[in-house]
Amino acid sequence: MTAAVGIREVTKRFGTDVTAVDNVSLDIVDGEFFSLLGPSGCGKTTMLRMIAGLEFPTEGSIQIFGEELALRPPNKRPVNTVFQSYALFPHMTVEKNVAFGLEMRKVGKAETTERVARAIEAVHMKGMEKRKPNQLSGGQQQRVALARALVNRPKVLLLDEPLGALDLKLRQAMQIELKDIQAEVGITFIYVTHDQEEALTMSNRIGVMQDGELLQVGTPEEIYERPVNRFVAEFIGETNFVDGTATEEDRVRLTDGTVVHAISDAPTGTDVTLTLRPEKIQIHTRGATDINPERNQISATITRQLYYGESLYYELKISGGELLDARLENIPSLRRWDVGSEVTISFHREAAEALTS
Amino acid sequence: MSVQQGTAHRPWVDRLLSVSGWLVFAFLYLPIAILVIYSFSNNRIVGIWGGFTWRWYDRMIHNPEMMGALWNSAKVALISTIFATVLGTMAGIALDRYRKWLGKQAFDVIMYLPVIIPEVTMGAMLLIWFTQVLPISLSIWTIVLGHIAFSTSFVAIIVRARLANLDDSLEEAAMDLYANRWTTFRRVTLPLIMPGVMGGALLALTLSLDDVIITEFVQGPGASLLPVYVFGLIKKQVTPEINAVSTLMLAVSMVLVFISLGFQARSKSGGSNKEA
Repeated sequence: MTAAVGIREVTKRFGTDVTAVDNVSLDIVDGEFFSLLGPSGCGKTTMLRMIAGLEFPTEGSIQIFGEELALRPPNKRPVNTVFQSYALFPHMTVEKNVAFGLEMRKVGKAETTERVARAIEAVHMKGMEKRKPNQLSGGQQQRVALARALVNRPKVLLLDEPLGALDLKLRQAMQIELKDIQAEVGITFIYVTHDQEEALTMSNRIGVMQDGELLQVGTPEEIYERPVNRFVAEFIGETNFVDGTATEEDRVRLTDGTVVHAISDAPTGTDVTLTLRPEKIQIHTRGATDINPERNQISATITRQLYYGESLYYELKISGGELLDARLENIPSLRRWDVGSEVTISFHREAAEALTS
Repeated sequence: MSVQQGTAHRPWVDRLLSVSGWLVFAFLYLPIAILVIYSFSNNRIVGIWGGFTWRWYDRMIHNPEMMGALWNSAKVALISTIFATVLGTMAGIALDRYRKWLGKQAFDVIMYLPVIIPEVTMGAMLLIWFTQVLPISLSIWTIVLGHIAFSTSFVAIIVRARLANLDDSLEEAAMDLYANRWTTFRRVTLPLIMPGVMGGALLALTLSLDDVIITEFVQGPGASLLPVYVFGLIKKQVTPEINAVSTLMLAVSMVLVFISLGFQARSKSGGSNKEA
């Protein structure tokens, strides 16, 4: 099957010394909700703009359903964009804004009226047709921007941090609504965000970018559970890093000599960094005998305790001297530990992963 | 001593401020008021009220030289405004868009220069240009060219200021919605910069209507403009006829100002809606 969007060895340079996107190749499947995730300046927006035709790649090929259009102007592409600033035309009403694309493509009057009405209804903006953008709230402008893009039935919808300007509550509501709309229209969404939680909850797949490079592509679970390097591990959620040396397959020796089981394919003798999520750690009394043998055990001392309501954070000093964070869900049976307690911590042998970079 | 709570307990400060405010108003508007009032005074000497009359307006209308100058002024102002607005708008857009390869600094300086250089210098330059370099004979058309030359910069600067406040993604959105460059300009850019264009045009009109210095340099024989004519008249004698023509010009400027304010108010309430 042809990819909805096929990106082949795309590089974008601005001037001679800025490389915004560096040799990125990527296939985005039809109907998928794909997020490009990364910190600001990582090249994700430039990548999106190249698919939209608002920037042209310096090198490489961009195909939409097999059709090469890397150098085609934006008005001749079967994609539409929802801009970060919404970019609603301030001198036109909601209705005229939504009708703009259809008018440009010379769709008949009757059909335009019908499609515009349906698009406005789909984003729950009925009754606001005659308003100007400056008479709408941020969330309403967001919906109009969405309707204005979707009314054209694009093959791919591009969204550039569309929820960035909304407050938390509204953002969460719009996340669910966007997912619903995507499921309903069934077209491919490419979504640019720097918010890892947003990417995790909304996407079928995520591409993590840093300094113009695409570091990892995978499902939210793959990205979270099996990050390819320290950057991805740290950018998506919270994690602990512990230095060590790979001994044999799936074994790592920590700096204090303890050997733990972890997912590792690093050659024996290489320096690795273990990544271990705070919620994967459990705390036991020193010398406890009821710990599952599938779990690694390390001695530790509690150095700090923070109460977060739904969870408790403990900072622990392990025998090698590293500090780890553990996050325990605040369930009724949870045992509390005082600062200074000598404990044993455990984590499943598949919970830690050895990273070589 | 506490300064912070001082003003609330010192009403004389407030009174002094309001008095100084009224003084400034009087300084600015009293001469204008006197000019307008005595244009209706039936006495040749300005300062002695001689009862209400339309006499000076009647004299003004029946003075063929003055009416000729007025007509010339209107003609020059209209033609130069149209050209200055079109050229200035294009220059403003070019300044905003293509500054990267034009060299922003250099182009800025070039555009601001006609605004900065003294009018006398500009007048002399234009005179030399027209008579020595081209050479063409001075006429009403050299005045038009001279006025276009200085008002274009003003329009360009105003249009550019308007463009600077425009979100680039608006044009990108139009192109994303299948509009080509020309349609994008016509349907999105131009309506949104329209208040700037109109503001620039009104400024050009006003500048042209009251320019004396440059006109003095580049006018041909017998093709004088109203301000220059009035200036010449004053050298001979001060008559209430001058008050009358000045009042007329004041009225015209006020109408222009109100139109310009109207445009600004419209742009604030969401811009002109050409589609409706």
